Amino acid sequence: MAIRKVHVLGLVLAAGVIGFLGIPRFRQPMGQPAGQADLDETFSVLPRLSYPQPFVDKPQRTDVLVMSPWLAPIMWEGTFNRDILNAQYRQKSLVVGVATFAIKKYIRFIQGFIGSANKYFLSGHRVNFYLFTDHPEKVPAMELASEKHLFIIPVQNYSRWQDISMNRMDIISNYIRSRWRYEVDYLYSMDIDLQMFEHIGVEIVDTLVGTISSWQYTKPRDSNSYERRPESQAAIPSGEGDFYYAASFNGGSVSEVYKLTTACFKGVTEDRANGIEAKWHEESHLNKYLLYHKPTRLLSPEYYWDEELGQPPIVKVKRLSSVRKNLQEVRY
Amino acid sequence: MRKDKGKRRWVKSYLRKHFHILGCTVVLSFSLGYFWSMSNDTCQDTPSKIIEALRKIYSRPQILKPLRPDVLVMTPWFVPIVWEGTYNLEILNEQFQQRNITVGLTVFAIKKYVVFLKTFLETAEMYFMVGHKVNYYIFTDRPQEVPKVELKEGRNVVVLQVQNYSRWQEISMRRMEMINHFSQKQFINEVDYLVCVDVDMRFNDLVGVEILSNLFGTLHPGFYGSERRSFTYERRPASQAYVPHDEGDFYYAAAFFGGTVKEVYKLTKKCHEAIMVDKDNGIEAIWQEESHLNKYFVYHKPTKILSPEYLWDDSLGRPQILRKRRFLAVPKDHDAIKNK
Repeated sequence: MAIRKVHVLGLVLAAGVIGFLGIPRFRQPMGQPAGQADLDETFSVLPRLSYPQPFVDKPQRTDVLVMSPWLAPIMWEGTFNRDILNAQYRQKSLVVGVATFAIKKYIRFIQGFIGSANKYFLSGHRVNFYLFTDHPEKVPAMELASEKHLFIIPVQNYSRWQDISMNRMDIISNYIRSRWRYEVDYLYSMDIDLQMFEHIGVEIVDTLVGTISSWQYTKPRDSNSYERRPESQAAIPSGEGDFYYAASFNGGSVSEVYKLTTACFKGVTEDRANGIEAKWHEESHLNKYLLYHKPTRLLSPEYYWDEELGQPPIVKVKRLSSVRKNLQEVRY
Repeated sequence: MRKDKGKRRWVKSYLRKHFHILGCTVVLSFSLGYFWSMSNDTCQDTPSKIIEALRKIYSRPQILKPLRPDVLVMTPWFVPIVWEGTYNLEILNEQFQQRNITVGLTVFAIKKYVVFLKTFLETAEMYFMVGHKVNYYIFTDRPQEVPKVELKEGRNVVVLQVQNYSRWQEISMRRMEMINHFSQKQFINEVDYLVCVDVDMRFNDLVGVEILSNLFGTLHPGFYGSERRSFTYERRPASQAYVPHDEGDFYYAAAFFGGTVKEVYKLTKKCHEAIMVDKDNGIEAIWQEESHLNKYFVYHKPTKILSPEYLWDDSLGRPQILRKRRFLAVPKDHDAIKNK
């Protein structure tokens, strides 16, 4: 039977119907690690491990809060056993991504950050570093461990450093949607002007993770530097707030970070339209978001320590520290 | 015949005339489908009423003031151990209510154990998952003896008739098989979480969403202070429940465990299979299914652990670390009740 116009038209119509109904189903859903498998999935068993018994009446750290009131663990040295965590982590083959920005003069920090991260960040596990820069040609050549990869992504700069800082949210949100959700399971955003001095391992890997600011962990709620002006989208009313979170290091599962960055950038855009800029820029928006979407895991100030602060007894380890710099000189 | 041909010709000419329109419809359909799927991906703003609900003034957590410095509140692999004072029930209730969950509570009342149901259900109504949806799944061989208890809104009793066995140890062990069977057949479609408890108990204080997690176990009240080599794990290598002396974190009680339906399904399946293998090899683990449960938890660590507040026997006294006694053993005459 000869192929007639009518057959072609019928085919085209059918394709249209399938397209309407079928495309949503075939599109890859936003990646959630360890997906909703059937009831009868294979049982993954931990290997035999040898470690000292935990005792119910002998807590390891009595000087600090190790768990939030919504039962999210707070990472402090002495409270966790990385061998067990590594064994659990290795059961699922996960990839972690790190997004970091080196714009204008901040290029000078790349070597220190990537070099120390290569040694101390999720050592032995797969990590993709996504380095956004306006001068890709100036990125120094660096030798990385076999399970670590570096992707250099050119990006435009902005005249104001505050804008560079705030627009990171938008860039991260777009990249998750277009690329990273297919490449990584967890995504962390980190400032570039940092260096690592001690291992940061799989203890940080969880659904939504915030870092408690080293400057503000002792302050009462109403002295925290939340944005207070009600005109801003980042406003937190007086009397509210759990912790003050640092924007320099946060992350989680790809879908949670997508929601976070999208919501925060939406706040930034609305503020811009209303002619207001939050007190601490995207950090203010981040704090608002994490107050109403509580993190599932918190990193203690060990995980982002400001060099200027010395070392109080509760901070037994400084894992990640800001690099000393002249802010006036490097930002402008 | 003529009618058919006429119809076909009409269709053909119609299609020919309206080819453009059909083409546009196809393109439009594709685009709609594409944009519809894209919109499902965009961030869904937290509805303002949820923000309102979360906007509560509660006392703020303080980094330098741990809430329970007298006990371990978190294991070295970040599993919370739930003790009074460590959690804020308001925040947790908010989080779970957003998800609109239903909790299934399974309990076995075989033979004379039906006598415990009335107190169990009445106290559960007062203290268990208050404000959330609950299905009580009562496994019994005497459905007509299940008492009628007044239930609050959103709570139901479901009676599941099952066979009994002559030995109480057998009845106890078969719970794994029965929970497993009904998880797949029924519970997966009706509830989000399963809580599996003994029936000869009463609730004495609030037991709420703070216990819920993917997989949780409860510290046995007799062993929370013991060294691992004193735990009454099965120690004969011939049994599937064998745990060597240098392994194991805690001794968990079979009287209170649970998790998502999927995780409870996996646990009960493994335990039941192990029990059957032991049977074939002519061996019965020292504490029946509790031995198998403990073996499972050594190699599949729970994601939350309940302190002995959640399973207590007053005959053990009142230690200082126990600020609440939420779920208590009902005193009984073991011989009279177990073997009839």
